[in-house]
Amino acid sequence: MTKTIKLRKGLDIKLKGEAEKYITRLPRSTVYGIAPAGFPGISPKLLVQAGENVEAGTPLFFDKRRPEIVVTSPVSGVVEAVERGDKRAVLNVVVRADEVQRHRKFDIPARLTREATIELLLASGLWPCIIQRPYGIVATPADMPKAVFVSGFDSAPLAPDLNFALEAEFVNLKRGFEVLRTLAAGRPVHLSLSATSEGVLDAVGDEEGIVKHTFAGPHPAGNVGVQISHIDPVNKGDRVWTADLWNVALIGRFFNTGRLDMTKIYAVAGSGVGRTGYVEASVGTPIADLVRATGSRAAGDERLRFISGNALSGRRVGEDGYIGFYANMLTVLPEGDRYELLGWARPGLNKFSVSRTYLSWLRPGKKYVIDTNLRGGQRPFIVTGLFERYMPMDIYPMQLLKAILAQDIDKMEALGIYEVLPEDLALCEFADPSKNDIQQIVQDGIDLMVKEVG
Amino acid sequence: MSRLRKLVDRFKPHFEKGGRFGIFRSTFDAFETFLFVPNKVTTKGAHIRDAHDTKRMMSMVVLALMPALLFGFYNTGLQHYRAFGVTEATALDWTGIWMCLKFGFLKILPVIVVSYGVGLAIEFVSAQLRGHEVNEGFLVTGMLIPMILPPNVPLWIVALATAFGVIFGKEIFGGTGMNIFNPALLARAFVFFSYTSYMSGDRANVAGLMRADGVDGFSGATPLTSIADGMVEGSPTLDFNGTGVWDWIVGTHPGALGETSMIAIMMGAAILLVTGVASWRIMLSVFVGGLGMGLIFNLLFMLTGSNIYMAMPAYYHLLLGGFAFGAVFMATDPVTAAQTDTGKWIYGLAIGVMAVLIRVVNPGYPEGIMLAILFMNAMAPLVDHYVVEANVRRRRRRLIAANMAAGATNIKHAGR
Repeated sequence: MTKTIKLRKGLDIKLKGEAEKYITRLPRSTVYGIAPAGFPGISPKLLVQAGENVEAGTPLFFDKRRPEIVVTSPVSGVVEAVERGDKRAVLNVVVRADEVQRHRKFDIPARLTREATIELLLASGLWPCIIQRPYGIVATPADMPKAVFVSGFDSAPLAPDLNFALEAEFVNLKRGFEVLRTLAAGRPVHLSLSATSEGVLDAVGDEEGIVKHTFAGPHPAGNVGVQISHIDPVNKGDRVWTADLWNVALIGRFFNTGRLDMTKIYAVAGSGVGRTGYVEASVGTPIADLVRATGSRAAGDERLRFISGNALSGRRVGEDGYIGFYANMLTVLPEGDRYELLGWARPGLNKFSVSRTYLSWLRPGKKYVIDTNLRGGQRPFIVTGLFERYMPMDIYPMQLLKAILAQDIDKMEALGIYEVLPEDLALCEFADPSKNDIQQIVQDGIDLMVKEVG
Repeated sequence: MSRLRKLVDRFKPHFEKGGRFGIFRSTFDAFETFLFVPNKVTTKGAHIRDAHDTKRMMSMVVLALMPALLFGFYNTGLQHYRAFGVTEATALDWTGIWMCLKFGFLKILPVIVVSYGVGLAIEFVSAQLRGHEVNEGFLVTGMLIPMILPPNVPLWIVALATAFGVIFGKEIFGGTGMNIFNPALLARAFVFFSYTSYMSGDRANVAGLMRADGVDGFSGATPLTSIADGMVEGSPTLDFNGTGVWDWIVGTHPGALGETSMIAIMMGAAILLVTGVASWRIMLSVFVGGLGMGLIFNLLFMLTGSNIYMAMPAYYHLLLGGFAFGAVFMATDPVTAAQTDTGKWIYGLAIGVMAVLIRVVNPGYPEGIMLAILFMNAMAPLVDHYVVEANVRRRRRRLIAANMAAGATNIKHAGR
């Protein structure tokens, strides 16, 4: 066993509503939706129109800048609608599913070269599973990465236990890692596991070419960006690739079966659902179906927020939305659009805070219902030394953020913009008493770097 | 919904942009958000947020100032009655305590009212001009200013000092969070140099002594002024104006309103440290720096035998004058202090060292802590720069090493 990398910095937010460990199998939904905006670094151009027939694996849209990258339909059926928003941006491509599913056939040769592997990933629409660092965008197929990184656990609030959710995926994971090794072409494939979780993942990746690491500590220990910074940090000019663990399993399943099957087991969590749990469903499943599968929404007519992903970095989708391509969980939280009389002056036994200005710190074991209220007004940065406590990387978050706000590219580079994604600073945003949109600032910085440096 | 909320909602439209009182938008907003935590929800990024906000933070600092303020009321009364020989009031019984508290409260209340009134007026106007929300930072500044001024200070000086501190210490930089100098300290420095006679000397620190003479033999000099005067006159011993360690710990000696009592200040320090509002690194390092410099002087005295001030026990420095108050409440202002953890140690140590240095070496300024903090306020960005630069260098070296390993030829420019 390799040495455990222990992280001291970070925070496990004690949220109520962790997913109960039982799996519900969801019957096929009537419609499925894919949101192009959910694919980082892709400018979508549609390939289908309403009324067209598609198979599971038929391309729906491609990337304007890198036309070889396509996103495919997870199910067969008829394109029912292309939902558009402001400036005609495509919000969702909605497919009405067939009674009997048809899959596009892919021939998987017995011996796969790197080129053939990439071809298959591109054609199947699974290429977007490969994310590039820096910038956290869908990788460019022509690149040769320095290394490939996979995080074997999710430490975000209410995150699914991947050892539980992927229990039945051993064969697919094994194949998936073989594919990653082919892509890495002799460079290392790193798999980071949690020191505290045991299960199917311990048996995965014992092959040559896969380097296993063990991490211990609070969130964001499970963020692949944090793991990279402790294993082999991204330098200027480097390209490394990452893949989500579930997506590794989906890739493996595709190479094992020769057809696209985007079914995975999602955690449905948060204090907004009546009963939490794990749900077997496909990418693009309607949120309402996922919520119904476990039980119902929480009692009352309370307004709820539906998040494709976790409470810190997930995408807000709404009850009429669809679970995203990269999400492994649905988080449902009460909306916080209500006033609280003298809220800032109360003792606050029920208010979660990393500061000890509320008395809740006297009840360390307690779990909290936290709604989406901002809990204060936006102010300039005032507190110092706080962000560093939630940043287990060799980076000065406040200085980096200020460099981004000043659009000083040299400084951003010098302070480590290549090493972070918004999710890595999500806890800083959570804790910030000045209520700045820190993840948006980081994203703006990354967008600027993509534009100016590339 | 509560009746109060309904009332606020009824008035709200008039104060919005285009409303009848639209120009008082941010003023209304300040009062509304004071009453109610707004219903605003997260739109970008993290969907959940910590309950901590700047209002809570600033109110914690104000709360931490309360013990020192209350003791300041008492001490103002006590010094006044001592100066005029009212034995009934100086006695340590309920009547005496009540008399002193009452006198001090009535004496200081106008000072606080003027400080808050002037400062908040400027704050509200500038928030309105900039279209910002009113920042809570002044709640602390407005309380600090009366507490670091002598109790005898005329109200017009309070008003002038506050206006100067807020405008030149804060607003011209863009408001709380953008300022370089601690606004309250800047206010004090301004009056200290502009109206010295009101700020120091034998009479400034005892209420009533400006206008009338006290009983025979009473001197209103603070222990530090007394020492400094002694030094100038070439006195062979240190003159603490009849006070001792116990007086400094309890705080029953002349001085600025909030600075005299070690006990009260330490109660505030405890609140700041337990809640985590102030940096323990800064607080501790200022004390360590002061003590260290005191010990160095002790050593120097042993070697040279000159300047009796150097022989004063080092820990006296931490108890005397505004040292503790400055370390706990002024140096720890997060905006004007160093921002990096390493920087905070350097910043704090330098303040402690410099404060004692100024006291001992230059009797012209009996109190060194104010100038030490202001100086380090100016130096803090530089300190941080070098700390952060180490991080930048680490990253650059890593890149060069990686390039060398990869056999890159163009090593010379790799780091750029």
